[in-house]
Amino acid sequence: MRAFADLYAALDETTKTNAKIAAMSRYFGSAPPEDVAWAVHFLIGRRPKRLIPTRDLVDWAIEEAGIPEWLFGESYQAVGDLAETIALLLPSASATSDQPLRYWVEERLLLMRDWDDAARRESMIEAWRAMSDRQRFAWNKLITGEFRVGVSQSLVVRALAQASGVDANVLAHRLMGDWQPTADFATQILAKETADADVSRPYPFCLAYPLEGEVEGLGNVHDWQIEWKWDGIRSQLIRREWRTFLWSRGEELITDRFPELASAGALLPEGTVLDGEVLPWKDGAPLPFTQMQRRIGRKELGARILAEVPVVLLAFDLLEHNREDVRERPLEWRRAELERIVAAAGPQSHLVASPLVTGTSWEELKSTRDQARSRGVEGFMLKRLGSPYRVGRRRGDWWKWKINPYSVDAVLIYAQPGNGRRASLFTDYTFGVWDQGELVPFAKAYSGLTDDEIRQVDAFVRNNTIEKFGPVRRVKPELVFELAFEAIQRSPRHRSGIAVRFPRMARWRTDKKAEDADTIETIRALLPPEP
Amino acid sequence: MQAAFDALFDARVGSSPQAARARGASCRGVILFALYTNSMGRVFSVPVHFARMESGRAGMLAQLAVDNLLQLNPNGLYCPAGDFYLDPWNPVERAVITHAHADHLCAGSKSYLSALPCEALVRARVGVEAAIESLAYSEARNINGVRVSFHPAGHILGSAQVRIEYQGQVWVVSGDYKLAPDPTCTGFEAVRCHTFITESTFGLPIFRWQEPGETLAEINAWWRGNQQTGKASVLFAYPLGKAQRVLAGIDSSIGPIYTHGAVEKFNGIYRESGVNLPATQYARSAPPKTDWMRALILAPPMAKTSPWLRRFGDFSTGMASGWMRIRGTRRRRSIDRGFVLSDHADWPALLSAIRGSAAERVWVTHGYRAPLARWLVENGVDADAIEIRFAGEQESDAAGEVEA
Repeated sequence: MRAFADLYAALDETTKTNAKIAAMSRYFGSAPPEDVAWAVHFLIGRRPKRLIPTRDLVDWAIEEAGIPEWLFGESYQAVGDLAETIALLLPSASATSDQPLRYWVEERLLLMRDWDDAARRESMIEAWRAMSDRQRFAWNKLITGEFRVGVSQSLVVRALAQASGVDANVLAHRLMGDWQPTADFATQILAKETADADVSRPYPFCLAYPLEGEVEGLGNVHDWQIEWKWDGIRSQLIRREWRTFLWSRGEELITDRFPELASAGALLPEGTVLDGEVLPWKDGAPLPFTQMQRRIGRKELGARILAEVPVVLLAFDLLEHNREDVRERPLEWRRAELERIVAAAGPQSHLVASPLVTGTSWEELKSTRDQARSRGVEGFMLKRLGSPYRVGRRRGDWWKWKINPYSVDAVLIYAQPGNGRRASLFTDYTFGVWDQGELVPFAKAYSGLTDDEIRQVDAFVRNNTIEKFGPVRRVKPELVFELAFEAIQRSPRHRSGIAVRFPRMARWRTDKKAEDADTIETIRALLPPEP
Repeated sequence: MQAAFDALFDARVGSSPQAARARGASCRGVILFALYTNSMGRVFSVPVHFARMESGRAGMLAQLAVDNLLQLNPNGLYCPAGDFYLDPWNPVERAVITHAHADHLCAGSKSYLSALPCEALVRARVGVEAAIESLAYSEARNINGVRVSFHPAGHILGSAQVRIEYQGQVWVVSGDYKLAPDPTCTGFEAVRCHTFITESTFGLPIFRWQEPGETLAEINAWWRGNQQTGKASVLFAYPLGKAQRVLAGIDSSIGPIYTHGAVEKFNGIYRESGVNLPATQYARSAPPKTDWMRALILAPPMAKTSPWLRRFGDFSTGMASGWMRIRGTRRRRSIDRGFVLSDHADWPALLSAIRGSAAERVWVTHGYRAPLARWLVENGVDADAIEIRFAGEQESDAAGEVEA
């Protein structure tokens, strides 16, 4: 635990990518394999199910720190991170633990699941007392599961590659899917050669960058395969050894959520992996994504919801064919085989090959792209003919060419502090638009401002608070922001009657006054016609 | 301003029953708070003192002056009996100054009175035209019948708690203070009083400082490490007080030390005042091909985004501040290393200083004043949170360059 706590501190201390990779690489190269497995597990964002209710953890910390509950609350508000608040409040450490990470995770953390409250409490307090300040913080992080240390999966992969000499793409693949953090796993992952045994393992997703500059910069239109950009759940459908697995891009196994696709897997040839978007789909067209949210939210999928919101996999790539990894084959080849496979599965299969869009010039495509909204898509995907299927987000072969977002001018009316890095700064805002002389809340947005702008808005909030409701401040309606969003829907759950997708701050309109902001009528005009 | 104050005066929201109870039957005053909005639209609350009209107007006023030796008005903390202000935020006739940080020292007053070691700093800040007088620590001055003296606060060079005595009532205004050792200034001395006005910049139990020696050792190690990787070490520290405390504490044998002009200005005053600081060079006057890789460069936090930094080539950044105790503030500033070193009292030190004053009543100002006041009340101390700063809230370092 000492080495892991030091690793955590080292990652936390620096903002520089290379320093983070070096720190991880040192750890992976020197820690015992079972500790490496657990470290990778946590660093790439996996976590055990919450083992201890936050409420209990807070109660024990309050007791151990000897402070009243409200003072814990004030402290938490200042720090913005539970694990850190607890570590800062516990009495100064007088010990340090020599037990390895594996011990703390496997013999303490995971076992607590089966213990009663008194035993958990005792174990937790004993753990805190056995640890140094650094160790307590890392330990609390393991328990609360919010790592936030500025490390992405790709950085972990690069560090593993540096420590092992194994190619980063191979490592990225080995880290996909459903593995257990064991010493065997760590040994396998760092080995030069392994037989990849996991039948469910997906491939790393190839991701696109937004198009930079004018589309003409991409050269000849005939060098590109053009598809609509669907707004669904990016997923891989895997058929291996007569079993079917559906993985989301967030690396969740979601086969059970989509029984249609679980059965579709049986129609695929042995050793097939398709990449595509899971979409709510009816009569040859997508349903609004809000319909999908209705379905995702349910524990039990009844016949009714399955009939009302059926899904398809809109497949656009083929990664494995006849048990062979075909990612290096050219795009056209993969596309042709994909079409063959989907056609063979039949029209009732819930598999659809993402239709290709043709155009003889970029000009022509620009006018086609204007249909995107009425088709319920976000624009185009542009894929270079002849290109392989790459690992992760790379510039050059795949571009998303999205339609311009909607935008409205809205007034800042409520603010509350953010979390983590943004704790004790007012960073989470609610915006209102005019409705018969009153500002009605319309959307919340958290992103889009620079650190400097955030500081200015924060100062404004502090000096212009009209009312406080817990952490939320109502502020003088004065600041106007241009909000951008992707889609707009009717919603009885929102006071304005409208829900928007991915709202963010596009610009601080310092040139506008509150009374210049948009009205609810102008926004209603953006709604699709009532069905 | 006064008219605006009166117009907007609006008895609120919450009196302080605890305070009233504590003073019992002899109680003359109850602190009420008024919400006050200034012309900038900022809202803050000020305590307003009422007296029961039972002993006639003259008697009432005399008693009022004792009970409320200090009052808040739109210029700041005012002593009506002595007709002077403490750390006023607007120019006034007579200003009594706890220390020379910009948020406590406003230029333009007719006369200033400070502790003796503070005088040169006051002069540097407010100019030579002002009438500036000073008193040695513990030496007393009678101002209109009010006895005023300065006592070390341990915050920075010349920082003082101001003791005010009138008709047997003693008030102490702490200014900013710390209890931790600091070779650049006289250490904090507890002063017994009836009413103690304490700062509360770090008034939460999450703020606990390690020994300053440990932090200084971390800075030394960081500096050495940077030398090994061929990087200059740029350390951001508040230019008056913190920078000199770092200088006096680090191992100057590691390499050359350069300074930003804002720091160098105060280094001179510290040296003239007899504080022992290692040799420093003004970075701007360094020759063109200076090798920065072995150097420590001390700069004010505001220089972080300045092109001034470019001359140092490849460098690592650090910051010395109490706020570095919280990871979020450290990361938000995108600096490589945060060093927890504060010239303010941490939570245990605040409690210890308050206990040491033996005060019957405590007013808590700045920073996390509300939680500290509540904690005191729950632990049997008659305490109130008051805001005596004009610049609105300073609950975090959000305002940018708050000294801490």
